[in-house]
Amino acid sequence: MSRTQATKTGTAELQRLAAAGRWHVIKTVADAKAGHIGGPLSAMDLLVSLYFNELSVDPGNPQDPARDRFILSKGHCAIGLYSVLALRGYFPVEELATFDQGGSRLQGHPDMKLTPGVDSSSGSLGQGLSAGAGMAMAAKQLGTDFHTWVMLGDGELEEGMVWEAVHTARRFKLDNLTAVIDLNGLQQYGWPVSEDDDRFDRSNPWSGVDLNGVFTCFGWNVISIDGHDFDAIRDAFDRVREQRGSGKPTVILAKTIKGKGVSFTEGTYKWHNGIATPEQLASAAAELGQVFEGEAK
Amino acid sequence: MKAQRDVWGQTLVDLARTDSRVAVVDGDLATSTKADLFADAFPDRFFEIGIAEQNMVGVAFGLSTLGFRPWLSTFGVFLTHRALDPIRMLVSQTGAPVKIAASYSGLLNGSSGKTHQDIEDLAIMRAMPGMTVIAPADAIEAEAAIRWAADHDGPVYLRLARDAVSDIFSPGHAFTPGTVHVLREGNDALLVSTGVQSSRVMDAAALLAEEGIEARVVHVPCLKPVDEAALLSALSGPAPIFTIEEHSIIGGLGGLVSELVTSTTLGKTVTRLGLADAWSESAPNSYLLDKYGLSPARVAGQVRHALADD
Ligand SMILES: Cc1ncc(C[n+]2csc(CCOP(=O)(O)OP(=O)(O)O)c2C)c(N)n1
Repeated sequence: MSRTQATKTGTAELQRLAAAGRWHVIKTVADAKAGHIGGPLSAMDLLVSLYFNELSVDPGNPQDPARDRFILSKGHCAIGLYSVLALRGYFPVEELATFDQGGSRLQGHPDMKLTPGVDSSSGSLGQGLSAGAGMAMAAKQLGTDFHTWVMLGDGELEEGMVWEAVHTARRFKLDNLTAVIDLNGLQQYGWPVSEDDDRFDRSNPWSGVDLNGVFTCFGWNVISIDGHDFDAIRDAFDRVREQRGSGKPTVILAKTIKGKGVSFTEGTYKWHNGIATPEQLASAAAELGQVFEGEAK
Repeated sequence: MKAQRDVWGQTLVDLARTDSRVAVVDGDLATSTKADLFADAFPDRFFEIGIAEQNMVGVAFGLSTLGFRPWLSTFGVFLTHRALDPIRMLVSQTGAPVKIAASYSGLLNGSSGKTHQDIEDLAIMRAMPGMTVIAPADAIEAEAAIRWAADHDGPVYLRLARDAVSDIFSPGHAFTPGTVHVLREGNDALLVSTGVQSSRVMDAAALLAEEGIEARVVHVPCLKPVDEAALLSALSGPAPIFTIEEHSIIGGLGGLVSELVTSTTLGKTVTRLGLADAWSESAPNSYLLDKYGLSPARVAGQVRHALADD
């Protein structure tokens, strides 16, 4: 599927796919009794947009040398990526049921040796942007014109290695590299503000820091969007393509809500990971199923 | 007699002439590691990342996914310690063909002191699944190992020393992973060593011979994989075993030999010579080698002493 073909996926269809992806995350994690919820859900609209609206990839030929590269640097959100890869046709949706079980191709954190469509292993936070920079540098060196995308968490930005890569990307003029930051404002525990009032009330990892300004000062193009607005995401991707040739890497600062899409997981650090009870599963199915009728069983 | 670092830069330039996969990822130490030879000859395949060792490993991994076989070039200590996590996840766990050229390894770092001395690298790298761990004896074996590693489709840790030592091998020597070399025969003591320490151990054996003590010297250039049958056969016989390395006595060659001996019926004791769980200091090489018992005279003295105690 070429880029121009990919952009034909309309907003309603993206919404349906994102709801299906969210359901697979909650359901798979509940069945496996392991995995993450909040981060995969906050990233879902961005992941779906990337795989159905932007990335030049071919699920039938996952190793195509000309494919765009995608690295999920926040590797704990693997189940979110697997759900989207399954929906995109890299492997059967039924295979999600093997997640985190012995002998599965779907490991707790992305494993490029096992899962079709995974371009880099990840799991120890902070390393993906360096790997992406290496891929983008190789592409320039070899005269190949694919684009490399790296998704990071905002908590993950605390790792120093990220900033080493931010410097390198500018130094090597990697306008074929884009970082997407999932700014959900929550990490696993973070900084509690008060003991009894922690819902919607943890201090944002980057509160007090002008992230837009920091990236601008490092010489990057910065695009700030609402990471749940499919039209805004589509526009941002268009602008990334326009920036090629500028010599500047681009960062998309995507404001999101941790646990987005399911009322009991939205906006709380407590669903960073968690196993839904049968009642919670039923309520998630009811909420998400309205968007993608019939699939949430 | 050349220094391993000179050979490293020159060999990569030679290899890169015919192998377009060869690349160097530098951490702002090209003049020390001699990666500058490569930078001058192949600027397009020389990636200066600056003082950012974790990032260097990530970038090298990324390059490797597009077919490059990148060599990381900086002091060993900054790779095996500062960048250990990306080495583990991005290189070792994926089996990426990234080559870790650990320059200025071991104790002798031009008086830089304990911050720059890497005396734990063999223990760390040996514990990492899938990592080939090589500590060549001299410049000739280093060149052979570099040529082998360049063709090997997986990660390699190569421990290189800053200064020249006397040659053990003859030009044209080829490297085979796992091989064990019996450099000298003798029945009174068994001296097992790795890396450039083997050269000093040969001198120690010569000193012992003057006193009528004939030592067998076994050089182990590859700590992983190792040909266990060959090593066991080299270690057999009644003579007591000494391991001697420019490394902590924990987890390196001494660890390897001890593990091997206790998992067989060889039934011998192993005396480990090296840094006895201690940090070192800044000083001239000869001072450090004497202080930590690694100079030829001190090795010979410890062996003589141990034999007399028996
Ligand atoms: C180097 C490292 N340190 C700690 C962890 C454990 N960990 C996993 S997820 C997480 C929080 C991540 O927060 P963020 O990047 O904001 O991700 P998101 O909110 O999108 O889940 C932590 C601390 C890790 N995987 N890697």
